Amino acid sequence: MVMDTARGALIEVSGLSNRFGDHRVHENLDLSLDKGEILGVVGGSGSGKSVLLRSIIGLHEPNNGRINLEGAPLDHRGAPDPRLTRRTGVLFQRGALYSSLTLCENISLPLREKAGLGKADAEALALTRIRLTGLEAKTARLYPEALSGGMVKRAALARALALDPDLLFLDEPTAGLDPISAAAFDELILTLRDALGLTVFLVTHDLDTLHRVCDRVAVLGQGHVMTIGTLDEVANMDDEWIRAYFHGARGRAAMRQSSTNRESA
Amino acid sequence: MAGTEPGQLQRADDGQTLRATGDWTLTHYSALRRSTRAISSAPTQVVLDGIQHLDTAGATLLAELVGGERLRQIAGNSPELPEARRALLITVANAMADCGTLPPETRWGPLELLARMGKALTDATAKARLLIGFIGAVIACAGRCLISPRRWRFTALLHHMETTGLNAVPIVALLTFAVGAVIAYLGATVLGQFGASVYTIDLVAYSFLREFGVLITAIVMAGRTASAFTAHIGAMNANEELDALRAQGLDPVELEVLPRVLAVVLVLPMLSFIAVLAGLGGGGLIALTVVDIPVSRFITAISEVPLNHFLAGLVKAPFFAFLIAVIGCLEGFKAGGSARSVGVHTTSSVVQSIFVVILLDALAAMYFMEIGW
Repeated sequence: MVMDTARGALIEVSGLSNRFGDHRVHENLDLSLDKGEILGVVGGSGSGKSVLLRSIIGLHEPNNGRINLEGAPLDHRGAPDPRLTRRTGVLFQRGALYSSLTLCENISLPLREKAGLGKADAEALALTRIRLTGLEAKTARLYPEALSGGMVKRAALARALALDPDLLFLDEPTAGLDPISAAAFDELILTLRDALGLTVFLVTHDLDTLHRVCDRVAVLGQGHVMTIGTLDEVANMDDEWIRAYFHGARGRAAMRQSSTNRESA
Repeated sequence: MAGTEPGQLQRADDGQTLRATGDWTLTHYSALRRSTRAISSAPTQVVLDGIQHLDTAGATLLAELVGGERLRQIAGNSPELPEARRALLITVANAMADCGTLPPETRWGPLELLARMGKALTDATAKARLLIGFIGAVIACAGRCLISPRRWRFTALLHHMETTGLNAVPIVALLTFAVGAVIAYLGATVLGQFGASVYTIDLVAYSFLREFGVLITAIVMAGRTASAFTAHIGAMNANEELDALRAQGLDPVELEVLPRVLAVVLVLPMLSFIAVLAGLGGGGLIALTVVDIPVSRFITAISEVPLNHFLAGLVKAPFFAFLIAVIGCLEGFKAGGSARSVGVHTTSSVVQSIFVVILLDALAAMYFMEIGW
């Protein structure tokens, strides 16, 4: 599954610390995201998964630490570093579609503002994105409030893909979806990663998603990355919380599912 | 990803085969679009191995050029292309093959204008009916709560009285002080022409005791409180908090609406009284400094105003208050799940409550005139 082209760290987080008052979310956290991989980030509620994501993309200023993009540090002071924003797409947990714009306008907006396209060109490309994420063309003129949960996620992914990013940040993409839609979304991420050569940073609680799409898994806890590696390596770590996470009732079911998939494939 | 060389299309000697070279990326989209437009007839064969960088924007153009179906065949029959690039081409070709077309945008012509006017009228009727129904629901709920003191919510009531009443004192006092001063200037200018500038005080006193004290306060409350109620209840509605209350067998009208309505009904008359004092103060200051009317004369003039003028003003306050609070809460209930919806309904609640306050004030003025107050 791992792309064999141009390996090496795309993003490196080193010594990241985040504090909210007395509450230490991250302490000296190190993490690297390799080119072409899908890295799953898991951890208990409040372990700072979202804060880590927000720190990397520049929406949250960390108390300490450095974030490197291809070896050069990012400067998120004031606004997220354009070096990062022009090659990243972000899928927010609840979609964050602009509620005053239609689906087509949501996707056209970055194309017109950032790529400088005209209205007709932007809409033509928006349609490709809509189709790429498996939505019907007739949904293009709908407002977000008329879309179902699964459609919102797809639409938000279409918007994240608007500027042809090579780096994608997904915050709980399958949360709130039914199992069929969630499985379809997993396949969509895989297809797009393989077709577009994306690098994906994926925050999730969904064990099935971890099994299906992630090349590596990082477990956050106690303020740092407790372990990182392939799912099998991580799941067999000798740690109580990790065992409970991956080998609890839900974890076992997902493991079984995944191994039967592998056999039948 | 910034490519150096924009993509190009070259026609081979046989005139049937096109060769694509350079970067086919979003950066060069406009230039690429021009060159694909320049190709008049769909070519039978396209050679893609000269392409440097390719992204979905470039692949979309290629799919438009030869058709999604054909691009899929070409990509499938080009073993010289890297695996990842073939996957990209095939994915985009699949998406484009059965993509349909964008539905047309909604256009606005004279007919649509007429339709919108008609819709606005029926909407307004439905809105008025809904408001009357909601007023009934609030009164019925108030009646039910009145008989069981266990359901009186003093904490919520006091909280809303503080935010809608106490916190509004400075702005109400300042505004009415300024309006009082303006009316006094007006009186000094106009009445002075008849040598009657001494009646400036009467102008300020009558206008504030009868009308402006309560009217200005009500308009400030409509802007300040109705909007806050709508935004708060609307956000609760968006977060399904109102549904959660209903699911637990609790009545959102009793828990959320009643304390707010009651708070405003209690607070608006008090604020109106403060407004009257501040207005008289503003008028008095101008009378003293500009028209040279002594304070003693000022106080005598005010004490000579019959009490029924003050009562005619103050009696309107609870009615204004009730309508402002009820409209603010009802619009909150109507606000749906999106940020846009909360914005639309907040605007609507302010406009409606100011409209209702002024309309009711005009009707009351006619009524009090007829009964000789």
